Amino acid sequence: MRPVAVIGIGKTAFGAFPDRDLKSLAVEAGQKCIQDGHVKPSQIEAFYLGNFAGPSFTGQNHLAPYVAAGLGITGIPATRIEDACASGGSAFMHAYSAVAAGIYDVVLVSGVEKMTSQPTPRVAEILAGAGDLSGEIKVGGTFPALFAMIARRHMHQYGTKKEELAAVAVKNHANGARNPLAQMRKLITIEQALKGKPVADPLNLYDCSLVSDGAAAVLLAPLERASEFTSKPVLVAGISQTSDLLALEEKPDITTFPAVKRAGEKAYRMAGVGPADIEFAELHDCFTIAEIIALEDLGFCKKGEGGPFSAAGCTAREGTKPTNPSGGLKAKGHPVGATGVAQIADVVSQIRGEAGDMQLPRHSMGLAQNLGGSGATAVVTILKAI
Amino acid sequence: MTHQKSGALVYTETVVYSAPEAFVNDAPYQMAIVIRDDGSRLTCRIAGDRVAIDDRVEFVEMRDGIPYYRKAAGGN
Repeated sequence: MRPVAVIGIGKTAFGAFPDRDLKSLAVEAGQKCIQDGHVKPSQIEAFYLGNFAGPSFTGQNHLAPYVAAGLGITGIPATRIEDACASGGSAFMHAYSAVAAGIYDVVLVSGVEKMTSQPTPRVAEILAGAGDLSGEIKVGGTFPALFAMIARRHMHQYGTKKEELAAVAVKNHANGARNPLAQMRKLITIEQALKGKPVADPLNLYDCSLVSDGAAAVLLAPLERASEFTSKPVLVAGISQTSDLLALEEKPDITTFPAVKRAGEKAYRMAGVGPADIEFAELHDCFTIAEIIALEDLGFCKKGEGGPFSAAGCTAREGTKPTNPSGGLKAKGHPVGATGVAQIADVVSQIRGEAGDMQLPRHSMGLAQNLGGSGATAVVTILKAI
Repeated sequence: MTHQKSGALVYTETVVYSAPEAFVNDAPYQMAIVIRDDGSRLTCRIAGDRVAIDDRVEFVEMRDGIPYYRKAAGGN
């Protein structure tokens, strides 16, 4: 295994773009990334595309060569990776593995989703395909419903309050207001967040991430060649992908994501650091409760204390563990397949000191955590300045 | 079937307001994960009164392949 660096990043805005198709979004992010990494398209040796449900949302299949053609990188291996909401993180992990193993040098990873062309009940149904269709989905479960049941149990076991869930939404909205590429750039108050339209009790509209169109891309190269392309390479210091049971009813304790715990522990070990060393994080806040549980599973606070930790401001920009300075999935948007790649790009942008209004004062080491479904896939990546 | 013979305890629950395409006409509806007396867990719908965590529930029927439970007679 050889050290691997991120040498380029590119993102589209996230939002509802009725006049854009999946390919044009993926191509825009890919082109920005190729430009940022000062790479010639002919130097790219492989392409991995994270995408959750392009065929269901758009009808188009065989997406990786389709996007690669738009980028002018035809001829190389082009592969789509699907691991629900962790498709982007998983695509990154596979690209990383290939570069670390020495199979390729320069690899492009993209993530894309085009979701807003379908009505909400159909979107809910497509997303529900990441759950267990034979049980929890068959009886009427949606993703908000699954996370609502997780939230309910977390409240029961640890006394987590609705106000603490709302604090996560308020903080991520405030951060998103600083992000020019965010879908939602609107400040909200705790009172507003508590009064949102109910989706699946105890979760309301403000507890849920957005339905979005968007794409992100990153370029990887072996560290020893990084300086050929960029003056600011960012090291992939630790990375791990793990899996777990798919159906909630199969899990002994639904208030924790064992896949996240395992991926976090492995990534920390690989990077030779611990939770206290992480200066900031992009966490998978598909729902407010998911951010609270991620804080606990990654060891940023004790089990059961994610709610009070959030309400106390520890995860705010000025807190001890700034979390989702980009606005997270809640405010930045959640084009499912793009999310894991966008998290990496956002962490890299902070580490390079190029995050504009989002820039944090401490930014030499950050963590990205990408979650698939209700916890059956997790990817944790630790990125570090060189 | 096992769940027809046994009672159960509510492990967690939610009331779904924003339903998927197939169940738009059912919303709002309550669903739950229950722990049956044999220790196995099942995701089901709740019929009748709303239930909370740790409530005792009993099997009602299978309807369109969906198991329905309701609050057990005699309260919690």
